[in-house]
Amino acid sequence: MYRYDSYDQSIVDARVEEFRDQVQRRLTGALTEDQFKPLRLMNGLYLQLHAYMLRVAIPYGTLSGKQMRKLGEIAAKYDKGYGHFTTRQNLQYNWIKLADAPDILAELATVEMHAIQTSGNCIRNISSDQYAGVSADEVADPRPWAELLRQWSSFHPEFTYLPRKFKICVIASDDDRAAMKLHDIGLKLVERDGVIGAEVYAGGGMGRTPMVAPQIRDFVAEDEIISYLEACLRVYNRYGRRDNKYKARIKILVHEIGVEDYKRQVEEEFAHMKQLGLNPPTEELDRIRAFFANPAYETGLSEDIDRADPAFALWVDRQVAAHKAPGYAIVNISLKPLTGIPGDASAEQIDLVATLAEQYSLDELRVTHAQNLVLPHVKKADLYAIWQKLEEAGLAEANLDLITDIIACPGLDYCALANARSIPLAQKIAQRFAAAERQAELGELKLKISGCINACGHHHAGHIGILGVDRKGVENFQLSLGGSGAEDTSLGQITGPGFSEDGVVDAIEKVTYLYLAQRESGERFLDTYRRLGMKPFKEAIYG
Amino acid sequence: MVEFLSFRDGEAAQEPSVTVEAFTGQTNATAVRVEPGEDARELLPYLDRLSLVEVNFPAYGDGRGYSAARILRESGYQGELRAVGDVLVDQINAMRRCGFDSFHPAKPLDDAAVERALTRYDDVYQKAIDGRSPVWAKRHPEKIDG
Repeated sequence: MYRYDSYDQSIVDARVEEFRDQVQRRLTGALTEDQFKPLRLMNGLYLQLHAYMLRVAIPYGTLSGKQMRKLGEIAAKYDKGYGHFTTRQNLQYNWIKLADAPDILAELATVEMHAIQTSGNCIRNISSDQYAGVSADEVADPRPWAELLRQWSSFHPEFTYLPRKFKICVIASDDDRAAMKLHDIGLKLVERDGVIGAEVYAGGGMGRTPMVAPQIRDFVAEDEIISYLEACLRVYNRYGRRDNKYKARIKILVHEIGVEDYKRQVEEEFAHMKQLGLNPPTEELDRIRAFFANPAYETGLSEDIDRADPAFALWVDRQVAAHKAPGYAIVNISLKPLTGIPGDASAEQIDLVATLAEQYSLDELRVTHAQNLVLPHVKKADLYAIWQKLEEAGLAEANLDLITDIIACPGLDYCALANARSIPLAQKIAQRFAAAERQAELGELKLKISGCINACGHHHAGHIGILGVDRKGVENFQLSLGGSGAEDTSLGQITGPGFSEDGVVDAIEKVTYLYLAQRESGERFLDTYRRLGMKPFKEAIYG
Repeated sequence: MVEFLSFRDGEAAQEPSVTVEAFTGQTNATAVRVEPGEDARELLPYLDRLSLVEVNFPAYGDGRGYSAARILRESGYQGELRAVGDVLVDQINAMRRCGFDSFHPAKPLDDAAVERALTRYDDVYQKAIDGRSPVWAKRHPEKIDG
């Protein structure tokens, strides 16, 4: 894992003091709320329906046990005892007092964490693959690139007042576990003639105008990536729309001028920028890479897993993924218990996972964009012990990528923007499909719920997506089918008229019956939908 | 409180600035004012005779002026580069990094707050226009020229 040096630490510490000063000015009335708002927003502090919400950055979703423990301590001390893991691999506290925010940041800084640029119209936390460094299919670990970009984007002098927020994702596998093409810029590391570089995609995103990012370059070498990204951002900063916040994301610019014109402008700017000495020497990426070198895996480990306990065997089959090192496995921890809030973890659960990471996962864990957690380096021989501890803590749900592994935004229970409540609907769906056999029968089925058109719950990318809207003061839910945030990225299509909360659960059930009746051998729900098209599903729902 | 702030040696330029359109259409003006939607690159043929470029920020959240400033400096402009309009103390540091060397904010700034803002961060992560050495250069001094 990356560790701060004195430079990184001094920058984060300075930010804490700057923010303390700004909060102090707000509390004494020297700053009005209007003047304070842009300052707090640069630091992930939102005013929500009931309290302040603080969003903490978890760069590329990687944490140490100590960092995780600190997140739990903060939840217990300053929140109502919970943290909420988000689709951008961050963590939100929903019940924060303004006066406490500087102390929270100071506590985070002691474990090399921060909330810098977790909101505002700037470059946000860099996201990545939760299996980075441990999956066998990647060309290189994407996290050193993500860390390089974290540093480059922090307090960037030119790109802090962009037309709108800007999200960058870096992956390095053909399997896309991070919805790379639904980011403002997506990088996919590739190898060409023995050199690692990046394919670049630009202009993806969700929100009210969802778009899949087109490729704008098939290779940028590592020693030019910063100047190339500066060119991409400069063209966007200069020409992205600022007249309408709903048309201000880079996807609208790329769509309106066309990808060829955007590419041409970026190439012109890049030709200019690569002469300016903006790229760190390759030794800097090498320095960062050294932090992500393979940990000291034990050798000669057993591959055997004792499957005598059937509940454990079920969990292993669903939650455990292949690791590149012999004798090791990747453990997915579900934050989707059937009656819980998707992505929520209590302070005690956070503390337990921190301990498990230290004891069993070489002091490392990950957050996924599907709002789950990962222990990336677990000996197969330890799986049973881990499962028992997770079971005791209510964290042993075996539903990874199944219909109850729901992504949901906080919705109207917390969010000032929402039109509808996402959490109660997620719980209703989970209840309806609670039976383990039924979930297993349906197989991979990614269901995603957003409580408003801003699409924080990624409904466009759901095999089944649900969008909550306000219809004359009544919550109404639109259903869409056929979306995907994986390597086969696609956007869901709306089925037709919307439903009440109970009505949408019934409609989902009808859709699953049709799938079970019509699927061919080996087809996931998404495959059957793609083969048959919308028509039969529509008939099943409305007919 | 300060109404005008300069980091240049000598007197600030006094000549009233003209619009980009007026400037490129005549030969004798030496001061120009760039609005957010205007292309700073239109000025590049005339950098030698310019002594003042004002970049207007009608609202602090419109960041186009940061790119305009950097483009001018990257192209060798040495004259005064002034940020005007909705320029707040919390933006001064980034503006300095992008090459602005004078400020005429719509509302006066608190001197002490400006001083704090400019000295708050000992280190920076990017190479920009202000000549500050980014941390990657400090980490690898043997690799960086000069």
